[in-house]
Amino acid sequence: MALDELKIGGMGASRRRVEDNRFIRGKGQYVDDIVLPGMLHMEILRSPVAHARIKSIDTSAAWEVPGVRLVMTGDTMAARNLAWMPTLSYDTQAVLATDKVRFQGQEVAAVIADDPYIAKDAASKIIVEYEQLPAIVNPMQAQDPNSPLIRDDKENQTNNKVFDWEIGDKSATDRAFADADVVSKIQLHYPRSHPSPMETCGSIADFDRATGKLTVYMTSQAPHIVRAAVAMVAELPEHMIRIVSPDLGGGFGNKVPIYPGYVISILASILTEHPVKWVEDKSSNLISTGFGRDVYLQGELALRKDGKILGMRMHTVSDHGAFFADAQPTKFKIGLMHSTFACYDVPAAHLTSEGWYTNKAPGGVAYRCSFRVTEAMFFQERMIHAAADDLGMDQAEFRRVNLVKDDMFPYRTAFGFLTDSGQYQKCLDLGLEAIGYSTFAQEQEEARKRGKLLGLGISTMTEPLGAGNSREYDIIGIKMFDSAELRVHMTGKAILRTGAKTQGQGHETTWAQIVAHELGIPADDIVVEEGDTDTAPFGMGTYASRSTPVAGAAVAMVARKIRAKARKIAAHLLEVSEEDIEWELGRFYVRGNQERGVTIQDCALAAYSNVPDGMEPGLENNAYYDPPNLTWPFAAYICKVEIDPETGVWDVLQFVAVDDCGVRINPLIVEGQIMGGLTEAYAMASMQYITFDEEGNCIGSNYMDYLLPTAWETPGFELYEVVTPCPHHPIGAKGIGECATVGGPAAFVNAVMNALKHTGVRNVDMPLMPNRVYEALQTGKDVSGMPPVKAG
Amino acid sequence: MTMTSLYEEVTQVPDGVPTRRVTITVNGQKRTVDVEPRLLLAHLIRQGLKLTGTHTGCDTTNCGACTVLFDGRPIKSCTMLAVQADGHKVETVEGMGTASELHPIQEGFKEEHGLQCGFCTPGMMLAAKALLEKNPNPTEDEVRWALSGNLCRCTGYQNIVKAVLWAADKMRDQQA
Ligand code: FES
Ligand code: FES
Repeated sequence: MALDELKIGGMGASRRRVEDNRFIRGKGQYVDDIVLPGMLHMEILRSPVAHARIKSIDTSAAWEVPGVRLVMTGDTMAARNLAWMPTLSYDTQAVLATDKVRFQGQEVAAVIADDPYIAKDAASKIIVEYEQLPAIVNPMQAQDPNSPLIRDDKENQTNNKVFDWEIGDKSATDRAFADADVVSKIQLHYPRSHPSPMETCGSIADFDRATGKLTVYMTSQAPHIVRAAVAMVAELPEHMIRIVSPDLGGGFGNKVPIYPGYVISILASILTEHPVKWVEDKSSNLISTGFGRDVYLQGELALRKDGKILGMRMHTVSDHGAFFADAQPTKFKIGLMHSTFACYDVPAAHLTSEGWYTNKAPGGVAYRCSFRVTEAMFFQERMIHAAADDLGMDQAEFRRVNLVKDDMFPYRTAFGFLTDSGQYQKCLDLGLEAIGYSTFAQEQEEARKRGKLLGLGISTMTEPLGAGNSREYDIIGIKMFDSAELRVHMTGKAILRTGAKTQGQGHETTWAQIVAHELGIPADDIVVEEGDTDTAPFGMGTYASRSTPVAGAAVAMVARKIRAKARKIAAHLLEVSEEDIEWELGRFYVRGNQERGVTIQDCALAAYSNVPDGMEPGLENNAYYDPPNLTWPFAAYICKVEIDPETGVWDVLQFVAVDDCGVRINPLIVEGQIMGGLTEAYAMASMQYITFDEEGNCIGSNYMDYLLPTAWETPGFELYEVVTPCPHHPIGAKGIGECATVGGPAAFVNAVMNALKHTGVRNVDMPLMPNRVYEALQTGKDVSGMPPVKAG
Repeated sequence: MTMTSLYEEVTQVPDGVPTRRVTITVNGQKRTVDVEPRLLLAHLIRQGLKLTGTHTGCDTTNCGACTVLFDGRPIKSCTMLAVQADGHKVETVEGMGTASELHPIQEGFKEEHGLQCGFCTPGMMLAAKALLEKNPNPTEDEVRWALSGNLCRCTGYQNIVKAVLWAADKMRDQQA
C-alpha cells in the first residue's frame, strides 16, 4: 500500500520540470522584465582606458539633456561614504572612480533618466579628462619593481602583490623529490575566461521614503548575502532591506559578487525617490564583471620507475585584476587549489601561490567551479598525462596505479582534505570500455594512413563540492550553512522555501522530489519558492555546486521534522502509542496491522483540526543544515579527437562521460547539468578566452570576439553513471553542477596532445585554436599562451 | 475579418523628438504605435508592447535570444529598427501556443529537458519553428545548423536538438 515513489515524482524520477511551464510560454520573469511605476533608467559611463589618473569630470552637458534626472560621479558616492566598497575577499573596490581608473570598463559616472535611450545619450555627453599611466596586463609585468603601483589608494601597499600563500609539507616533498627515479614537469596557462550567462547583470532599486523600505530586484545567486552586505555597507537596517532575485538567465558564478552597478542604483533610488533600473549590456558584462581563471600553473611530480607518485610540487601565479574581489568563502587565498591530486594517492605535496594586481577587470569568480578547483584539476590531469608519457606508461595504467582504491576511504589527502567515498577504478574502466580503449591504437594507425591524426585523452578527478562546513567556510563572517522551510497545508499540499537560488538548475522541480521522497506527498502538490529575502529562510545561495549538498540536505531534514510531528498525530488518530506506529511512503500504520493506517494528508488535516492535547497545532518547520564535510563526486571523461594536420582543425569523434555524483534525485536534470558543463569545458578547450593588448584593451568584449560554441560546433556526449552514495548527506547525494566544467577541459586537451605525441610537443595552452595546433605541428614545439614580458 | 487598428501610447518620447507611426501585426493582432525612428524592434516588443518573452542577450546579433519571426523568417530583433517592421508580421513566443494548448515545439522543449535557465528558449523555439515549417523532417545536422545563430549557455544543445526532433515527429503525426 506504500506509494510508488516514481509515480509521485519522488527520488529517481525524471520528472519534467515545473519551471518550464512559464519559460516555454515566454512568461519567465527576469530582472529586465520587471517594470515598476515611475521607474527611471540608469546608464553607467565606463573608462575607455586601463590605467589613468582622472583629472576632471564635466557632467554639465549631460544634465542638460531633457529627461535626465540625476548624474552621479565618484564625488556623489564619496559624499555618502560609498565611493569604495569592501569585496568578498577583504579588499576594497571602487564603486565610481574618484582618483584613478584601474581597468578598462571601470565605472566612472552614472546617468539616471526617464528612458534608457536618453540615459545613454546623456552618458555620452560626460567629458572625462584622463592622464594615462602605463598599463600592467599580466603578473610578470606586475612583478617588475619599476612597474607603476596600481593600488596607490591602499596605505601599506608598496608593490602590486595581492598575496603570498603556501600549504603542504615542504620538507617531506623535498625528500620525495630526492628519492625520485624520474621527475616530470609541466607549465601551463589557464587563460582568463568569463562565465557569461546569457542574461547580463542588473538591478531595480526601489527605495520607499514613506515606509523606509528598500526593495532591490537583482540578478543575484545569493540574495541573503547581498542583504547582509547592504546592511553593513549602506548602513540601512536589515529588516528594511528586501532583496528579490527573480528568474535568473544563468549565473555560473558571474552573479555572486556585488557589483558597483547594484550599489549605484540603490543610491540613485534613494536620491531620486524613484525606482531605478540598471541592466548592463553584454560588453559591460564581459569587460567589468567577475571573470574566471587567469592563472599560471607550474609543477612537477616525483615518480618511481614503476609509476608510483611519490610527491607533488606546484606553484601558481594568479592575476586578480585591479581589485582583489575573488568571490570565494574559503580561508585559503587561492581557494581550493590544494584539492589538486585529491583522487590520487600522493604521500607528500607542497603548493605555493602568489597573487598579483593588474590593470584588468576584478572579481575572480568560481566560474562553474568551486573556487579554483577547475585550475587545480586541469593542472592535475595535464600533469598526469605528461608524467605517464615521460615514464613511457599507458595513460590508463598510470592512473590505475595511483588512483585511491575503494578500500582506502576515508582517505586524507596530502593537503588535508578528507575524501570519503568513490569507485574510481570502476568509473575509469566503464569509460575505457565505452570509448573502445583496447582497439584505439589500431584505429590510430588506420587514421594515420588516411592522413589524419587521432588522439585519446583521459581526465579523471574528484572535486570538493558544496561549500561548506562552517569550520572552514564563511562569507563576510557568515557561516556556510543553508536552510529550508516547509509548510504543509490542511489539505496536504505544501510550500517549500530554501536559502538557495536556482538559475536553471531546476530547484522548483527537484526540491519537491526530495519532499515527496521523505513524506510521500506527490511532488506536484508542493510549490517551491526561492530568492526573496522577505520570505525565504536565511541561506548562502547557489554556487560551488552547493545547492543539493547543503540546501537539498536541509530540505530532507525539514521534511523529517515534519514526519516526526505527523507520526505523533498519526498515533493520536489511530489511538495507539507512538512506538507502535510504522512508516511507509505516504502513510503511517499500526505495527502488525498494515491495514489500519492514516495518510500523511490525514495527518495534515488533523494538524489543523484535531491535534492531541498539549500539541501545538500546525504542520510547518524549518531546518538549518551545516554539512560535516564537502561532497566528493568523481568523474572519468574520455575524449577521442581527429586532427587534420593540414589545418590544425580538430574534431571530437567521441566523448564519454562517467559521473558518480552519488544518488541522483532527477536523472534527467543531472544529465542536463553534465551536458551543459561539458559544453563549457569544450568552449574553454577550443575557443573561449579573454585577452588584453599591451595597453590593457580587452579583447573579448563582445560575442564576436569572445567565442562561445553553438549547436553546430558542440559535439555530442555519451553519458554513463556510477552511484556511490555520499556517506554523510541525508539522501546520499553529491554535487554535480560543475564536475564537467572542471574535469572536462583536460580530456579535450589531453586528446589533442596525444594526437601530437609523435612530434614531441608536450603542451599547447588553451584555447586550442587551429592556428595553435597547426603551429605546434609545424614547429614541433610547445605553444604557450603566456604573454611575452615587456622589457622594463 | 476586420481588425480595429488601435493607436497605443507605448514609449515615452520627450517633446520635440520626432516620431513615426507604424503598424505591425504582432501575433496576429494589428498594433499601431508611435515610435522614435531609432527604437529597436526588440525594445518595442519588450517595453512598448510588453511582450517580455523576447529577450536581449547581446545586442550585437550574436546570441539569438531576441529572435522573432518576421513574415515567417527568423530575425534578430535587436538589430532591426521598429520602423523597418512597419506593415510586416511579427511572431513572438507569446504567439506560439495558447495558455492552455502548447505548440509541439514548446512541448518538446519541456519533454526533452531542452532548457535550463530559459533565457535562450523563446529564440531557440522560434528558430526551430521556422525550420520545421520549411523542413518537417530534418536530420540532426540540419537542426544543429538551423539553430547555429542561437547561443545557449546552459544546456549543451544536445537536448535542444532532441526537443526539436521530438516536435518534428509530433507535428508530422498531427499532419498524418
Ligand atoms: S540580443 Fe539580439 S542577437 Fe543577441
Ligand atoms: S537555457 Fe540558459 S541559456 Fe539556454
